[in-house]
Amino acid sequence: MKVFNLVVVGYGGQGVLSLAEIIERAALKQGFDVKGVELHGLVQRGGSLQCHVRFGEKVFSPMVRKAGADLIIALEALEGLRACYYANKEKTILLTDGRVLSPSPIEEEKIGSEELMAQIKKFVKKVETVEASKIVERLTGDIAMSNVFMLGYSIAKNLLPIKKEIAWEAVSERIRPQFLETNKKVFEEAFKV
Amino acid sequence: MAKEILREEGKILLLGNEAIVRGALEASVAVAATYPGTPASEIGDTFAEIAKDAGIYFEYSTNEKVAVETAAGAALSGLRSIVAFKHFGLNVASDSVFPLAYLGVKAGMVIVVADDPNCWSSAQSEQDSRYFARIAHLPMLEPSDAQEAKDLTKIAFELSEKFGIPFFIRTTTRIAHMRSLVKLDKIERIERKAKFEKDIKYRNFPPKILEVHEELHKKLEELEKEGEKMCSIFNKNSKSKIGIIVSGVSFNYVLEALEELKLKIPVLKISMTYPLPEKSIAKFISKLKEVLVVEELEPIVEEEVKKIAKDSNPKLKIHGKDLLPFAGEYKPELVLKAIAKFAKKKIPKELTEEKFDAVKVEKRLMQLCAGCPHRTSFWSIKKALGLDKIVAGDIGCYMIGVHPPNNILDFVSCMGASIGISHGISKAGEKPIAFIGDSTFFHAGIPALINAVHNKGNLLLVILDNRTTAMTGHQPHPGVGLTGMGEETKALAIEDVVKACGVENVKVVNAYNIEEFVKTAKELYSLPGVSVIVAKGECRLQTVRKLARSGAKIPKFEFVEQPDEEKTKELEAFGCPAIRKRKNIFYIDKNLCWGCGACTQIFKGIKPKVEG
Repeated sequence: MKVFNLVVVGYGGQGVLSLAEIIERAALKQGFDVKGVELHGLVQRGGSLQCHVRFGEKVFSPMVRKAGADLIIALEALEGLRACYYANKEKTILLTDGRVLSPSPIEEEKIGSEELMAQIKKFVKKVETVEASKIVERLTGDIAMSNVFMLGYSIAKNLLPIKKEIAWEAVSERIRPQFLETNKKVFEEAFKV
Repeated sequence: MAKEILREEGKILLLGNEAIVRGALEASVAVAATYPGTPASEIGDTFAEIAKDAGIYFEYSTNEKVAVETAAGAALSGLRSIVAFKHFGLNVASDSVFPLAYLGVKAGMVIVVADDPNCWSSAQSEQDSRYFARIAHLPMLEPSDAQEAKDLTKIAFELSEKFGIPFFIRTTTRIAHMRSLVKLDKIERIERKAKFEKDIKYRNFPPKILEVHEELHKKLEELEKEGEKMCSIFNKNSKSKIGIIVSGVSFNYVLEALEELKLKIPVLKISMTYPLPEKSIAKFISKLKEVLVVEELEPIVEEEVKKIAKDSNPKLKIHGKDLLPFAGEYKPELVLKAIAKFAKKKIPKELTEEKFDAVKVEKRLMQLCAGCPHRTSFWSIKKALGLDKIVAGDIGCYMIGVHPPNNILDFVSCMGASIGISHGISKAGEKPIAFIGDSTFFHAGIPALINAVHNKGNLLLVILDNRTTAMTGHQPHPGVGLTGMGEETKALAIEDVVKACGVENVKVVNAYNIEEFVKTAKELYSLPGVSVIVAKGECRLQTVRKLARSGAKIPKFEFVEQPDEEKTKELEAFGCPAIRKRKNIFYIDKNLCWGCGACTQIFKGIKPKVEG
């Protein structure tokens, strides 16, 4: 397979890093060469977070190049727009949670969600929106497992060339056992909506 | 996962930092030490998780200088040792690193230094630590992915032992935090006799030191030959008259770019960047008309190539920083564009379009977490002493105090400097307030505090004791009572240390209790000389994780009434990310609130939420 270029984004604390790592593990299980980069440390304190994952027959660069993404998974929509740096009108699909979290708690985001989607559309081939956090909150009481939902959803919609069973195997290796059952529920829900 | 790292064999995904640990294990490392610093932190954290199972000794040292000394002591006693830190850590450690080239080591010793181009997690500067290898006369290896991080660490141990001097492994953020496949080799468990054998050669002193200096240069000449063996050439049979020299992470970007531009030009990849493999470079450039050196940050290799070319190919045109920037990390597209220009190829259309670059996406600055005890500490100091005082920051999460709405810190320098610089400011006539974290205080604050007391400085020091080294991933420190091996140990009470430094006016406050904090700050600031407040409040992220593990619920809060104009301003200035406003209505985002309840002290209309 040609190298698949994925960018996973969100803000610090959303589980962006875990999602990227789970996909990397799954890609390895599927027999691909894998490289990715993540950011640790102070940047995780509520700031913008971007992880890159690349897999295929042979991968050199761990970073997706500008306008090089096949898929962008955004756990929050404003971060989705920021990630359009990596988007390419010819090929990029952007999957985003419909939720927008204003960077400032006391000021509303400068760009409304409709305008945000219109902006994103300018840079990508296709944008797919799913109310992941709403669905997950309804299911579990909070939004923490939205990352696992997004993983399931991207597989369900054939956006990510990873097999469902392999993805779940990777999740179960990465998540604490006491949270596995709820994660499974969330993961399966992604294939139903 | 850290335990995977102990597997006997196979191919696994590892972070660059984890791969270094694996390399050390395969090389029979016995002692590891560190002071946490991103992007090197996971080296220590991985050792902390596996040290007991792997049968090795690991410690979080109080600072990088001490960590080097720990590792050196072990290496002098015949045990292989490793020490790791970020670039600024090497600045702190340098005083202990430099003599090691002269003193020598008996067993292999590796010093890992992680640079941070782009300053992803470094406030102060974009330092290029490759210069240190040159001052220290110590060889340096640079991996380009996780596999090489493991392999070169192993080689570094072998060569360090063979030549009797420590080796540097230098990474950058994108190597340290790159996750890629690593083929595991066997973990050697060679038992070594640990003994410091007295030897006249360790009694370094002038005039003998000059002889050692001379010998050291001979060693470096021999080491250069080892570096030659570690070079590799890609597209070796190319007849092209242009070529590329590269090391580190940029190697990956170069190969990607060549593939995309369909170029078959030769690439010389260098793994030992000090001493440089001059013969390989001379041979590589001898048939070329032009060469491009791709290296992040300073043009160190480029300058060396210029020197080498004077003899071997004086007409060679040497490119590097004319096509690539000094500042910031290299990205694949940056390298691709530079190579396209260099090789006179067309840049792909989508890389020349500026359409997205014109979009201004609202910035999302990092912020203090919801429930962070630093927020109430900052708040109380502002309430007590106003906004006109000079306020010094130090290194830790509380650096976020420079951002709005905190807007409290006037400057941040380096570990421990809040106290030293504040003392200097007091000598210039004003009385500053200095903030320092608990781990940072142990690391570099104590000598500065003693100095301020001894030399009759005039300042108020606030030690933010959040019971952990939070910013780098919650490592223990001497105040916590736990070692890096997870064993219980004496917990040093910061207030006792402060008293022992000669400070008479010391008070411990609860960081979350605004009234108590304000009263104490007013009182201590009004006293002449050096006063200290120890603000105790556990890092909320740590508390929340503990609560989650125990299955306990995190308390939630809600607005039962809306604030008036004055209280609105206060809540906005307080700046908890969970207190949000939409269409002028305040609410608490339950997904962000971590239940500290500090906000109820600011506005009485916020109450604990009754479940059900």
